[in-house]
Amino acid sequence: MKELRLMKGNEAIAEAAIRYGVDGYFGYPITPQSEILEHLMAEEPYKKTGMVVLQAESEVASINMVYGGAACGKRVMTTSSSPGISLMQEGLSYIAGAELPCLVVNVVRGGPGLGTIQPSQADYFQTTKGGGHGDYRLITLAPASVQEMYDFVGLGFDLAFKYRNPAMILSDGVIGQVMEKVQIEDYKPRWTDEYIKKSFPWATTGKNPGKPHIIITSLELDSEKQEKVNIHLQKKYKECQEKEVRYEMIHCDDAEYIFVAYGSSARICQKAIQLGREKGIKVGLLRPITLWPFPSKILGELAGKVKGMLSVEMSAGQMVEDVLLATKHKVKVDHFGRFGGIIPTPQEVLHALETKIIGG
Amino acid sequence: MAKGAIVIEIERCKGCGVCIPACPNKVIALSKKVNSKGYNYLEVQNDSCIGCANCAIVCPDGVITVYRAK
Amino acid sequence: MSKDIIKPENLVYRRTPVLTKNTMHYCPGCGHGTTHRIVAEVIEEMGIQEQTIGIAPVGCAVLAYNYFEVDMQEAAHGRAPALATAVKRLKPDFFVFSYQGDGDLAAIGTAETIHACNRGENITMIFINNGIYGMTGGQMAPTTLEDMKTATSPYGRDIAMMGNPLKITEIVAQLPGTCYVTRQAVYTPALVRKCKRAIRQAFENQKENKGVSFVEVVSNCNSGWKMTPVAANQWLEENMLAFYPLGDLKVSK
Repeated sequence: MKELRLMKGNEAIAEAAIRYGVDGYFGYPITPQSEILEHLMAEEPYKKTGMVVLQAESEVASINMVYGGAACGKRVMTTSSSPGISLMQEGLSYIAGAELPCLVVNVVRGGPGLGTIQPSQADYFQTTKGGGHGDYRLITLAPASVQEMYDFVGLGFDLAFKYRNPAMILSDGVIGQVMEKVQIEDYKPRWTDEYIKKSFPWATTGKNPGKPHIIITSLELDSEKQEKVNIHLQKKYKECQEKEVRYEMIHCDDAEYIFVAYGSSARICQKAIQLGREKGIKVGLLRPITLWPFPSKILGELAGKVKGMLSVEMSAGQMVEDVLLATKHKVKVDHFGRFGGIIPTPQEVLHALETKIIGG
Repeated sequence: MAKGAIVIEIERCKGCGVCIPACPNKVIALSKKVNSKGYNYLEVQNDSCIGCANCAIVCPDGVITVYRAK
Repeated sequence: MSKDIIKPENLVYRRTPVLTKNTMHYCPGCGHGTTHRIVAEVIEEMGIQEQTIGIAPVGCAVLAYNYFEVDMQEAAHGRAPALATAVKRLKPDFFVFSYQGDGDLAAIGTAETIHACNRGENITMIFINNGIYGMTGGQMAPTTLEDMKTATSPYGRDIAMMGNPLKITEIVAQLPGTCYVTRQAVYTPALVRKCKRAIRQAFENQKENKGVSFVEVVSNCNSGWKMTPVAANQWLEENMLAFYPLGDLKVSK
């Protein structure tokens, strides 16, 4: 019998990390996600599973601690919110360049700059288009419930290790702070050093006698070789795009109109669908679960069947660009969003559909 | 009469000369010839080496192997 | 004559196998090479090649991972102590060392340096101070001496305009998390032997979980200083050591 608990989204991240057998967490306090580090420190996982938990001196240090730990083949993670994630971009670029797996959680708040501590989805571009320098991608998971906050910790690590690439959980202040019931798993043992040495020959686990030493680096001064590195990375990302797209469709079978929304916006859209259908508007929801790789194919297919799509985001319109790319102007696409920490109401969302798409 | 001997990896030597003042017996000097990288490499110029290894110990590139008769 | 002496049983010194066969990219006479060699010799003598992980910096020593025949990680600029922190905490039975220059350790990475030292991470930090940014072409470093000419202080370091040279080693010696802080040099045989003993001590301390062992090596940059290697070593002795005196700053019992 699985245990059910009432938890905040942030606490679910922390509890999932302990129970999934994560080896190390390195973080720095920032609102609205400080409960993650607080929960980890209160739970003392270093006594239960041997998990290392360390409050670093900055987000810069946190992500570079993650780099060092990931280079040893350990399951390591950090969490932060938007301004802190900006500070981590250099480290993420190095980690992607060195092809190391790790998990980063961004509980997004409004920006730019110090912005607001209220919820936002304005870091979509930063996460899905790069963020740091160079051609790289982050596998990006967008939870829409506290249960998914919990579940995506394990999924994020699994994908990160499968592709040797950083994975990001792109959450927001709503999902981080809201309390919901969560089904939690039993404790999984952490990987042993022997298992890591055997399974991840790329990791720095101590030189093997008679074999070359392991080097973790993102540097290649020879352009011919660096281009090969880039081609290799792109091949990997292409495979990821072919195999790892995840999305949820709600009331799409008979839909004439589609909301495209992720995270807490998707929750609001579900209520807007109910309100719309009560008025006779056949509207459904396509919820991307992976923001990268983006569910372009299904959106392209839906574009030929429906009359219009509205991308609903707590931003000035970021994901809408990917919706436009996916639908290739075959269908009317527009954006509705509130920002600055404002959470749109279902009524506002439905009104936007009626005015921008149906009547527009 | 030499008690010691050194072997210089000529191709690895960068001719920096840091080893020359370290030698107590003025055994070593830079050659007038160059290696394939264009460096005037180190060479032994007499047989008064005592095998003290001072030259090898200051060599940044580890190009000198030292032997000493027992 | 020498053929009679060159026999395996007479061998007194050879390049350590804990260095790879790669020819180092450093300029002729650079103290990086000497310091690499004695760090590698210490690893060989302690028999810890398979239990050691090194962290390379950004700067002249960025390619250190090509020379140490141990598992190596190449950090972002200034972040080596953060990587070393995680590696040691996740693999506490391993010997972990970071290797950084003055720009890396004492400018862009000051926060990581200070906090790794203050937390008392059980690691060895090797710090090469040659008062200049070598790799990028000889710009002013945090440790550049007053009036010293560099590419970005072409008329000499003007303290009023550019600030003071930073004695980071004196700062970390004040922190309770450091157990051994010393300043060494490698331009004479006697100094190399002494520096190697210090590095040995800095690695031995990891066996006892004593905290950070911090070894500064005051070194040369003959290309950046625009001198011959031998002249650079003389200038180092007369100028660098006057401001950065050699010796132990802290030895905890």
